[in-house]
Amino acid sequence: MDIELMINSFPKLLNATLITLKLLSVSLILGLFIGLGFAILRMNNNKLINKFAYGYSYIFRGTPLLVQIFIIYFGLGQIEYLRTTFLWVVLKEPYWCAIIAFSLNTGAYTSEILRSAFQTIKTGYLEAGKSLGIPSKIIFTKIQIPIAIKQSLPAYGNEIILMLKGTSLASTVTLMDLTGVAKYIISTTFKPVEVFIVAGGIYLFMTFIIHNVIKYLEKKYGFQT
Amino acid sequence: MELLYFGDKGWGDELFFATLITIAVSITAMIIGFIFAALFTPLKLSNNKFLNSIGNAYTTVIRGVPELLVIYLFFFGGSGAIMFVASIFGYNDYIEINAFLTGSFSIGIISGAYSTEVFRGALQSIDKGQFEAAKVLGFNKYINFFKIILPQMLRLAIPNLSNVWQITLKDTSLISVTGLVEIMRQSYIAAGSTRDPLFFYSFAAVLYLMLTFLSMQLLNRLETKYSKGY
Repeated sequence: MDIELMINSFPKLLNATLITLKLLSVSLILGLFIGLGFAILRMNNNKLINKFAYGYSYIFRGTPLLVQIFIIYFGLGQIEYLRTTFLWVVLKEPYWCAIIAFSLNTGAYTSEILRSAFQTIKTGYLEAGKSLGIPSKIIFTKIQIPIAIKQSLPAYGNEIILMLKGTSLASTVTLMDLTGVAKYIISTTFKPVEVFIVAGGIYLFMTFIIHNVIKYLEKKYGFQT
Repeated sequence: MELLYFGDKGWGDELFFATLITIAVSITAMIIGFIFAALFTPLKLSNNKFLNSIGNAYTTVIRGVPELLVIYLFFFGGSGAIMFVASIFGYNDYIEINAFLTGSFSIGIISGAYSTEVFRGALQSIDKGQFEAAKVLGFNKYINFFKIILPQMLRLAIPNLSNVWQITLKDTSLISVTGLVEIMRQSYIAAGSTRDPLFFYSFAAVLYLMLTFLSMQLLNRLETKYSKGY
């Protein structure tokens, strides 16, 4: 056990954790909007729109995240047309490619979580809102969304942790996130166990915090339906 | 489409064999995972605090740390550990372990943590009366477990196990970083030599979709078979 290496690599790994957290928070926020959009499309009565939203979530949940990142990072650059548009500014940066892939991926899972949350809302609440003469837009934003958020908290907490682990794939497109730096230290020192303990410890600490924050929110907003 | 021809012209046969490797790794990993689950589920349910914390540590650490990091641990540490054991027995040459085995083992440990949780949940939701009834009827331990508890547990576990299978199947794409030629690695090689990454990675996505779709069909059938009578 090389304690010195563990102490020396700790600040480097901690620095890389910032990139991991940045990737995680940006893609979660974007993914939440994407997920909400597709959840609404999924509940649309039009069959075509419904199928489209289902296909999106099926494809992104049925393929590995690694394939998605590689298609966006290596694949899209191949389309000549894209290189001439402003999108190229975004797509040539591995950072943004990773964020696009993560957001689309977490968006697909979030849309499923939100859809099932929306569908379990008792029709009585909506009917009560309607009979009070509340416009349907306000029913949606003031009744449906808050209840759906409460009901999807446990599942969404799991999704945040899965996404935290997913950000490690950013290291495959040259980003130096926590896993990327850990791999670099391992491959230069050949001390995998020590580095794994430190990097794994940082990941576990983050998982622990997320888990407890979600638990706290569940308690605070939790209610019986 | 020429890129997919079988033989020297295209990458069809290479990708076909790579798909077989992906399936083989997934199945091996799933079986290794079951072995780990069989070891750790009793620990998680044990009343002994020490054994219990070992079981909890396994599932918490593996499910809280990225898969890629676990794979790096075994990829870089695996042959070192085996060489260390071999050196105790007086063998000092360099030993390289097979990429297939390292890959299956690391994915298997990950899949085992999820399976453990599934089995624990299934066992805990079997009605207490079933255990008591078996005891009262005087069945011995083995008949009790294999004929009464296990079939009920499987019925409850199969829907969640099919989720574990999907996770395991998708996780195998990560062992491409160790150089094992499965779908992802083969697409990487093909994309590099033809300079057509968009086509090959999209095709890899299609292959994965096909695998998840087909395995879902099979697992659903298994699910209906085991929930007969309910």
